[in-house]
Amino acid sequence: MILATSFLQSESFIYVLYIIAFSLFIQGLRGLAGPTTAVRGNRTAAVGMAIAVVATLLYPGEGNWGLIALGIAIGTAVGVPAARNVKMTAMPQMVALFNGVGGGAVALISWVEFRHHGSTYGHHVVASTVHTLVGPGGESVSVGHAIVQPAVPTYVAIFSVFAAIVGSVSFWGSNIAFGKLQEIIPGRPISFGSAQQAINGLLVVLALAAGIDLIAGAESEWLFIGMLVLAALLGNAVVLPIGGADMPVVISLLNAFTGLSAAATGVALNNPALIVAGMIVGASGSILTNLMAVAMNRSIPAIIAGGFGGGGAVEGAEGAGEHAGTVKSTSAQDAAIQLAYASRVVIVPGYGMAVAQAQHAVRELTKELEKRGVEISYAIHPVAGRMPGHMNVLLAEADVPYDQLKEMEDANPEFQRTDVSLVIGANDVTNPAAKNTPSSPIYGMPILEVNDSQSVIVIKRSMNPGFAGIENELYYDPKTSMLFGDAKSAVSEIAAELSQI
Amino acid sequence: MILASVLTTNLAILVLAGFIGFVVISKVPNTLHTPLMSGTNAIHGIVLLGGLLLLGLSGLDGLSKVLLVIAVAFGTINVVGGFLVTDRMLEMFKSKPKPKAEDEEGGS
Repeated sequence: MILATSFLQSESFIYVLYIIAFSLFIQGLRGLAGPTTAVRGNRTAAVGMAIAVVATLLYPGEGNWGLIALGIAIGTAVGVPAARNVKMTAMPQMVALFNGVGGGAVALISWVEFRHHGSTYGHHVVASTVHTLVGPGGESVSVGHAIVQPAVPTYVAIFSVFAAIVGSVSFWGSNIAFGKLQEIIPGRPISFGSAQQAINGLLVVLALAAGIDLIAGAESEWLFIGMLVLAALLGNAVVLPIGGADMPVVISLLNAFTGLSAAATGVALNNPALIVAGMIVGASGSILTNLMAVAMNRSIPAIIAGGFGGGGAVEGAEGAGEHAGTVKSTSAQDAAIQLAYASRVVIVPGYGMAVAQAQHAVRELTKELEKRGVEISYAIHPVAGRMPGHMNVLLAEADVPYDQLKEMEDANPEFQRTDVSLVIGANDVTNPAAKNTPSSPIYGMPILEVNDSQSVIVIKRSMNPGFAGIENELYYDPKTSMLFGDAKSAVSEIAAELSQI
Repeated sequence: MILASVLTTNLAILVLAGFIGFVVISKVPNTLHTPLMSGTNAIHGIVLLGGLLLLGLSGLDGLSKVLLVIAVAFGTINVVGGFLVTDRMLEMFKSKPKPKAEDEEGGS
């Protein structure tokens, strides 16, 4: 029994469990390569996580069981209902929030680690004692003894400080991203204007200076807290000026950050499971960040450096009424006729469709059209939603068949032979200004070339500009007719009219 | 010497894991990028382990304990919530390959 316990608690056994755990993570992620294997893949990774947690609890000397149970109970009580009830439209916020708490945990762990070393990474005297011993000949001998806490290896200090800074940036940045996506905070860039980059730069320098001082052995808890606060301000200062249209990049980037900070914590705590898991997430976040930035034709540094298109975006938003040209409005009945006699219809879904929960109504409408022999496809811009792949999730929820989901590269050449493009709640990703107007803040962004099709119907609530605050030239195109109204009821009305034709 | 070898071993793991991550993640199609992101999100909730390890140390004061309980709670939200929400999304995708059956029960 004692033998069994000591075997279970041996470092080697725990290490082997960690190796099994991270193998399961990698195997699980391999499953995500296809929709049929993905569910099992995710569960495989979850099993890996359970093994990693059990392995950690086996460590000899593990204690404070009550507190561990308390933490896990709180986390479960918050996490499970959140994950169960979140709407698919709110997925980006949820991911931002989950990402944020992960980063927060990293920062807190680094802090406690620092406290546990005695609020310094350097060596220091913990206590001095004087013992009186009895010598071999019966004489008393006094032995002065200073208990010196040895310095933490420099690399541990470096990785801990890195984890603390990046974790704190990630926590606050994610919370701001959550606030923006949830529309608690305005989606438009909030910035200090031209001073923004100087402020960001100053915050980076100050946080690094505090970190280097700590690595060099400074003994001050306040310095550590100050570093966390500077990183927190940095997280706010970086994400606040970033406009809504850049959110998919921001979420991916913060995801990568949290991953890297977890990996750094893994090196500091000498824990291979943390290192591997953290690096995989870092890699995943980096790949997605890059993909999203490419889809917007924007560089990552330019996005982080602040503001979507600077002041131009805001001016565009205010100039909505000043545009030369007229907007043609249409009715549900006319739209239904237009669609019924088309041979090929492309649906261009955007975030507005998701907000109105219109995807099921859209699916019903397209079923009706398919019965009439209309060829249907969906053209999906990589940044159609608020995070990578978001729109696909929403359409999958509405049971849209896979083969109808077309990515931008495949959809664009098809618009020329499309009779009607039905734009539902998409705005910036259809804006021809991205191709034609060099002064536009979104100039150069790859778009869905909806204006190539024979006619365009845009379902939109009002003429208000989109999330990025830019006006859409498509709406003034003579081929375009606007159907104003809530996406869901507008689509349902069209479907109702259609059934009477 | 011993410290150096622990560090270098960990750095080797770090670099290799980075490469493996790139290879594995590159194979995930665009369609599944949202579940990928929430799944990897769940995986970085593994920082929970750091909280658990530190709670095993002796001589933690009150503030440290409070911070660690929060850290463990945060990590658990991240792990449990992340895996559950990913599972929910992927179940929706799984029912996709048979789009012909219209009355089929959807998602989870």
